[in-house]
Amino acid sequence: MNSVASFTVPNVTHVSTGTEGLTDKVTVRNLDFFYGDNRALKNINVSLYQGKVTAFIGPSGCGKSTLLRVLNRMYDLYPNQRATGDVLLDSQNILDSSQDLNLLRAKVGMVFQKPTPFPMTIYENIAFGIRLYEKLPKSELDNRVETALNRAALWGEVKDKLGANGLSLSGGQQQRLCIARTVAVRPEVILFDEPCSALDPISTAKIEELIDELKDDYTIAIVTHNMQQAARVSDFTAFMYLGELVEFGETNQMFTSPSDRRTQDYITGRFG
Amino acid sequence: MVMTSGASSPLYAKRRRRNVMTMGFAFAATAFGLSWLVLILGVLLWEGFSGLSLAVFTEMTPPPGSAGGLLNPIVGSLFMTTIAVLLGTPLGMLAGTYMAEYGRYDKLSSVVRFINDILLSAPSIVIGLFVYEIMVAQMGHFSGWAGAVSLAVIVVPVVVRTTEDMLTLVPDTLREAAASIGLPRSLMIVKVAYRAARAGMITGVLLAIARISGETAPLLFTALNNQFWSLNLNAPVSSLPVVIFQFALSPYKDWQKLAWTGALIITLAVLTLSILARYLASQRKSS
Repeated sequence: MNSVASFTVPNVTHVSTGTEGLTDKVTVRNLDFFYGDNRALKNINVSLYQGKVTAFIGPSGCGKSTLLRVLNRMYDLYPNQRATGDVLLDSQNILDSSQDLNLLRAKVGMVFQKPTPFPMTIYENIAFGIRLYEKLPKSELDNRVETALNRAALWGEVKDKLGANGLSLSGGQQQRLCIARTVAVRPEVILFDEPCSALDPISTAKIEELIDELKDDYTIAIVTHNMQQAARVSDFTAFMYLGELVEFGETNQMFTSPSDRRTQDYITGRFG
Repeated sequence: MVMTSGASSPLYAKRRRRNVMTMGFAFAATAFGLSWLVLILGVLLWEGFSGLSLAVFTEMTPPPGSAGGLLNPIVGSLFMTTIAVLLGTPLGMLAGTYMAEYGRYDKLSSVVRFINDILLSAPSIVIGLFVYEIMVAQMGHFSGWAGAVSLAVIVVPVVVRTTEDMLTLVPDTLREAAASIGLPRSLMIVKVAYRAARAGMITGVLLAIARISGETAPLLFTALNNQFWSLNLNAPVSSLPVVIFQFALSPYKDWQKLAWTGALIITLAVLTLSILARYLASQRKSS
């Protein structure tokens, strides 16, 4: 297995156009991932560019969520899961065993498939994460909560009921609350793991708008099953299949003239 | 001739008859089981209520033939139950937390879970003997402390079990969400997981209290009994179950009356706790 993992020649079709002048925020190099003995990611090489949205598409089980969970080392919560290779965040290897996981996750936030508000008030849901790393006077904390909720386009809907339980909101509102919670900690990268798959079309549209606004300040990666969504929100798209990164390129190009046959088949709906 | 329609075919009729019969049996079995429960509660209410008076809560257990109440066993039971819960709950919650949060995938957890399940179903008289051996025999006398400890030994496995079960019900996505904003695991447990599992965990403690408030066997070996008012936990302490046991077996009518009243008090207390536990559990589901 090790000999396979040490291949250095990327087996990915990288489209060179469109990436000049961009800085790598996250660089993944020769990444392999294992669930026990099962190799779920095979020699992944990809970059997330600063201030851009990168979408990961591919059929179920292709490893796109797994890849996302490597970027904030969420897999570390579970036994028998390990990653080999390099994942550089601002040229620092986060797979290093000396990496402080809590600091990493404060920098690389995550929004999940199902809305996961904490069982506390709307205000506390946001303030909780802020208080972890900063000791702020009440007024400033209030400000930060308002800013975060504004960022997530939720302030108008909840400003009169900040003391209500976060779980009392609708699904779409809960998901925006989770985005606000993530933003409040001031991360540099935000990972979206199928953030709209449990939402109705209107809520989905709101989240997509939000992602578009957020990309000015954050580097964003989004996993989605919905190809139209990938086309709408992302600047770059990566197509994954059976644990491999098949093709990576500018979203426009990926959806109009993909260079790999498998990408072509997937985006035209021939499988997956 | 008219054709036999589906609804009146012999096969369908047979199935209907069978259905009616099975239903009848099910009802009969339920009625039979419940009737005993109603009978027990009825007798308890009948015998207990007639003896209920202010004196029951203000006077000490009397010698045979004179008037008195149940103040010392009530207070003794409250004391020992409280101490048992204070001793057993933190221990049980910490162990349950370890098993559900830190050691979920460890061998140690499955060993602890196995032993805990044995402890959960251990006959309480065995626990009484055990505490007798390690406390009463060593100290040379019966004591309220020994009684409280033996009750605590019963509380621990109940709380361990419910804590672990309730924390396991907290979805992993919530843990991941907590981790995703950089929350250390300890804080995640205290601020997020406990909060999500709170109602269930409190229910567990209430059920543990309900369980120990009727325990007699472990107290017979440890706290024994005390005819007099005593708050000294270093000496024998009176308790409701033991007094009921003693008075009910006595030949004196007035003692037997007090035993009924004591049984009614325990039953009502346990009933209240159970209803409270059910209410909290339903709150958990709706939130």
